[in-house]
Amino acid sequence: MSDVPGSVDLLATIEDAGLVRPAGPVDVVGGVPARFVAEPATTEQVATVLAAAARHGLTVVARGSGSKLDWGHPPTALDLIVDTRRLAGVVEHAAGDLIVVVRAGTPLAELRQLLAPAGQQLALDDPLPGATVGGVVSTNTSGPRRMGYGTVRDLLIGVTLVRADGVVAHAGGKVVKNVAGYDLGKLVTGAYGTLGLVTECAFRLHPVPAAQAYVRCRVPLAGAGGADLVGRLVATVRAAQLVPDALEVDAPVDGPIELVVLIGGTTAGVAGRAEAARRLLAGAAGPGPTGADLEVLVDAGSPPPWWSRYPWLPGDTGLKLTGVLSAVPDLLGAARTVADRHDVPIRVRGSAGTGVLYAGLPANAEPDRVAGVVEELRGAAGTAGGHAVVLTAPDRVRDRVDLWGPVEGLELMRRVKDRFDPEARLAPGRFVGGI
Amino acid sequence: MTGDDDGRSTTTGPDGDRSAERAATIGRLAAELRTRLDADQVIDDRARLRTYECDGLAAYRVVPALVVLPHTAQECALVVRSCVAAGVPFVARGSGTGLSGGALPHPDGVLVVTSRLREIREVAPADERAVVEPGVINLAVSRAAHPHGYYYAPDPSSQQICSIGGNVAENSGGAHCLKYGFTTNHVLGLQVVTPDGELVRLGGAAPDSPGYDLVGAFVGSEGTLGIATEVTVRLVRLPESVRTLLAAFPTTDAAGAATSAIIAAGVVPAAVEMMDALAIEAAEAAVRCGYPAGAGAVLIVELDGPAVEVEAQFAEVVTLCRTHRAFEVRIAADEAQRALFWKGRKSAFAAVGRLSPDYIVQDGVIPRTALPEVLRRIGELAAERGIRVANVFHAGDGNLHPLVLFDETIDGQTDRAEELSGAILDLCVAYGGSITGEHGVGMDKATYLPRMFTDDDLDTMQLLRCAFDPRSLANPGKIFPTPRLCGEVPGRRKGPHPLQEAGLAEVF
Repeated sequence: MSDVPGSVDLLATIEDAGLVRPAGPVDVVGGVPARFVAEPATTEQVATVLAAAARHGLTVVARGSGSKLDWGHPPTALDLIVDTRRLAGVVEHAAGDLIVVVRAGTPLAELRQLLAPAGQQLALDDPLPGATVGGVVSTNTSGPRRMGYGTVRDLLIGVTLVRADGVVAHAGGKVVKNVAGYDLGKLVTGAYGTLGLVTECAFRLHPVPAAQAYVRCRVPLAGAGGADLVGRLVATVRAAQLVPDALEVDAPVDGPIELVVLIGGTTAGVAGRAEAARRLLAGAAGPGPTGADLEVLVDAGSPPPWWSRYPWLPGDTGLKLTGVLSAVPDLLGAARTVADRHDVPIRVRGSAGTGVLYAGLPANAEPDRVAGVVEELRGAAGTAGGHAVVLTAPDRVRDRVDLWGPVEGLELMRRVKDRFDPEARLAPGRFVGGI
Repeated sequence: MTGDDDGRSTTTGPDGDRSAERAATIGRLAAELRTRLDADQVIDDRARLRTYECDGLAAYRVVPALVVLPHTAQECALVVRSCVAAGVPFVARGSGTGLSGGALPHPDGVLVVTSRLREIREVAPADERAVVEPGVINLAVSRAAHPHGYYYAPDPSSQQICSIGGNVAENSGGAHCLKYGFTTNHVLGLQVVTPDGELVRLGGAAPDSPGYDLVGAFVGSEGTLGIATEVTVRLVRLPESVRTLLAAFPTTDAAGAATSAIIAAGVVPAAVEMMDALAIEAAEAAVRCGYPAGAGAVLIVELDGPAVEVEAQFAEVVTLCRTHRAFEVRIAADEAQRALFWKGRKSAFAAVGRLSPDYIVQDGVIPRTALPEVLRRIGELAAERGIRVANVFHAGDGNLHPLVLFDETIDGQTDRAEELSGAILDLCVAYGGSITGEHGVGMDKATYLPRMFTDDDLDTMQLLRCAFDPRSLANPGKIFPTPRLCGEVPGRRKGPHPLQEAGLAEVF
């Protein structure tokens, strides 16, 4: 920073603290280059940085590991990236109280390792390896075990955030049961950093189960027949008393659909429940085109390779499809039918047990065709009582699709945004309705 | 407990002109609403209004200016729009069982009672959802779901009379929220009347609706962000097995240590409830629950889930209770015995009425591991003031319900009891806990909120309130200690970027 004239007060305080530097070639969000990068290590430093940004009217995007920077719209303007990776580490782990307070820049994987010796876990999967706590909260990502443990909104019990004007605010606390004041943790979960910068999170923890088993079932039918059979199997598992932690489906571009039930619990309990699940699935196909019992295996060791990974690669189009539980087979079937109609390969995967599926379309697919698939899947998801959101897409696809689709309560959301960030400087344009 | 006086003083205040003006406004509002609603839906008769003067916290009483009972969401919206047009505040009320004065009427406002919106619109076991109106009683949702093998998990102890709308406002918990979570974890979609009087849908039957989680923000906002008119809830599969034990310990410390050991063993019980000797005494006197004699504390531990899991963990819990000095462990052999275990616990609040003419039910939270220390401190504080405290806890999640016993007729006891009750909340905050675990802030604890949160924290929460309710008409005076005006939203910057204007953009 030696080339910065001392008389210029721009960000002077944070320069002195070594918190800001000129942006480099990799400091880009959704194709938009930033001009400065700040790397604060504490909530107070974030407050200093954001207060300075407010004084100078800078637009700001927070960045953790950067694993989801290509999600949402590119910011409409970008002066400053606040990189949270120095804002890392556990503030408090009260094992006896099953809570942890952690700084936002801490990678989820690192937190997992820190908690493991106590036999505890933050029961959030990270579909994108390297993801930080702050990024996971801000984009509300989840994985297979959302069925058993819920999502960020169910596990986040307290939050510290820095507002657009640099003011530090807390909500919730570090006890699980707490109804004092508004639950601002819910508000910033999945808000894509448009309401404030999350610096610290308190989470409810769970014990790591003594045993786990993956019960894997291959569904030999393709297309709508396969989807219907999956629907039957899912309903069978749900109606039984298995209490799975996850119920995942993977429908590759070609080949059989796989359904996997994750059972967790005591050693004796898991063995019995996994065997019950195996028998249930094997016999559930019933009379029909398969004509025989399904192939089911119990794997106590490791999950299938696709487990807790999005069904797309960097640069592809990635969608999130939601619907009510009974509509999961419809969504699965629609994805296949629609993709076939537009002649685009599609891979679908996700939580059949909660009604949250993901679909991937290859980067080189014709944008018009992708747009057609998105439009039709949006219709299907709407019929299923849910939504189709394009999480990420190549630029030429973005130009042709509405990433977010219809949003209930958008007017109220705009009013919330206007109160928290009246100058629209935080992640401008990244979120729903141009927020 | 000055609410009573406050309530009356506002109607006989010195400012006669303004009072007459307010009365005229309410008169016009009532007349207008009567042209749109049936006569029996609009109440302005003083004697009938009085029946709504308090909720479950009877220490505060305020007679509302008007009571309206809408039958539909549209009528509810109409009432709110009329209030907005007249500049009159409104307060929503469900069954009126709240324990923090959250539904305490406003003396110049309209009380919107949602109890007539009581249809269960849909029970969809295949989707694990039910759609209900806000006046539906909590237990009725479970009853409707039972034939399909499902139930609605949040079970506040008032579940036979409290309404889902009230549960949404207060983010109600219950004895089983240790494992299953609170109302906020079980509500996915809402239709609400905003404080502007608009009907808006938030969230839905499917998870993860795009946009801000306004459902999450609304649940637990105590009626300050609007009125819920339809609620989409999650249904949970009835467990295959439920097993319950009652363990008697010589001291609360021993019972607390057993609780910690159970949690440390990786067991997540459906419920862990504790009562101390005084609470047991009260329950025995009231319902003869037959708890082991001579216990300094009892624990009720309930496990549920797949039978094989429950069997394995239940044996471990029994062992842990014994190794932590339980001198008697009873295991419920059937549903009747299980009900008897719970009867003592569930009757505890009312039962202390047999020990003391007056009592305050407190609600605070501490980290569970601080339980022995905090109990000791509560005992000291009580002894210093010559006041008795009976303790009932949701021990699994550190939610304390100290019952502060006093006699109003004894000079100074009321003040000392209230002071002690407040001191207990200070203890909770000092130990890193909360001033309320499930009863809400309401009117009762608004002045305590700043002990937990800074001015900046509260200002930030106000940003949310102002986004929903810029006129401060929705349940004003609740949650937040000092009324604040919202003001206009500051304008967005226009024109050239200020940095460029200042020529500073080129510094790097």
